[in-house]
Amino acid sequence: MASHAADAHGGHAPTSSGKYIQIAVILFTLTALEVLLYELCYGSLKGAGMATALSPWFVELLLGLSALKFWFVAMFYMHLKQDIKILSWVFAFSLVIAVVVIVALFILFAYTRGLFWAGVPW
Amino acid sequence: MSSATLAHDEAHEGHHTSLPIDNRKLAIWTFIGSECLFFATLISTFLIYKDNHPKGPGPKEIFEVGLVTAGTAVLLFSSFFVVMALNGAQEGNRKKMLGWLAATIFCGLFFLGMQVYEFNHFYHEGLGYTTNLFGTSFYTLTGFHGTHVAIGTLWLITVFKDAVKGNLPPAKALNLELAALYWHFVDVVWIIIFPVVYLMSLRS
Repeated sequence: MASHAADAHGGHAPTSSGKYIQIAVILFTLTALEVLLYELCYGSLKGAGMATALSPWFVELLLGLSALKFWFVAMFYMHLKQDIKILSWVFAFSLVIAVVVIVALFILFAYTRGLFWAGVPW
Repeated sequence: MSSATLAHDEAHEGHHTSLPIDNRKLAIWTFIGSECLFFATLISTFLIYKDNHPKGPGPKEIFEVGLVTAGTAVLLFSSFFVVMALNGAQEGNRKKMLGWLAATIFCGLFFLGMQVYEFNHFYHEGLGYTTNLFGTSFYTLTGFHGTHVAIGTLWLITVFKDAVKGNLPPAKALNLELAALYWHFVDVVWIIIFPVVYLMSLRS
């Protein structure tokens, strides 16, 4: 019976609406933080409050916030947390290759332009 | 074993592998994996060429944070809506499923409308596809993402049509889950594009 229920839900137990709402609130908060970070560092709030302290870490903070959003969507909305592990491995393996492709392209372009290391485009 | 029993067993196991999941689900995840590589090359190409605009406008002259933030919020809303629709499908609550699914489709259409407006606005500001390398890599990346949104919206419309006809009982909720997985992937790509392409390009 339990396995039939799991079959109907694509191999994992159904998630409650409340959990989905919690994740939505987290995702919107993280997006608001991204925009606030931009506004503080380079936008209309430039120079206000913690802007000077945050500016040197703008790229790292932004990438961290989007990685967190990515993780929440993949784990809870795409159900990787509940699904069988092989799906997580398929996705993780692709992400590792994707990162290798990005790094390889940066190095290749920087090298062919004679800008090795100094030309990494951040 | 009678031939009727065999036929029934074959039909029942038609979508199953030796793994305890439907093979269509494994297929969509493998496809999503290949799409990660596709978007990785487009995003890195944009990052390499984003400062290459000797003629025509660059990111700081044309990007509008407000409009893109609205588009991002709409895509995030749509991801939430589609899991609520899936929840309805799994519970056998047809009304809930149809309502949330319609809202998701509306969000997809809204996002596409926003992108058409944005492209049109940029074009009139002087940024054509071949104006500079920034424009080429920007339109290629966001254009391909928009195409994925359009395909996802069409897929959701077909699922919606099925649900209206009553062909999506809880036992077939996986049909909606597959479309939802693709839709979430499209959202996840935008989660990367929004800060990397828009916010980072706007900094001085």
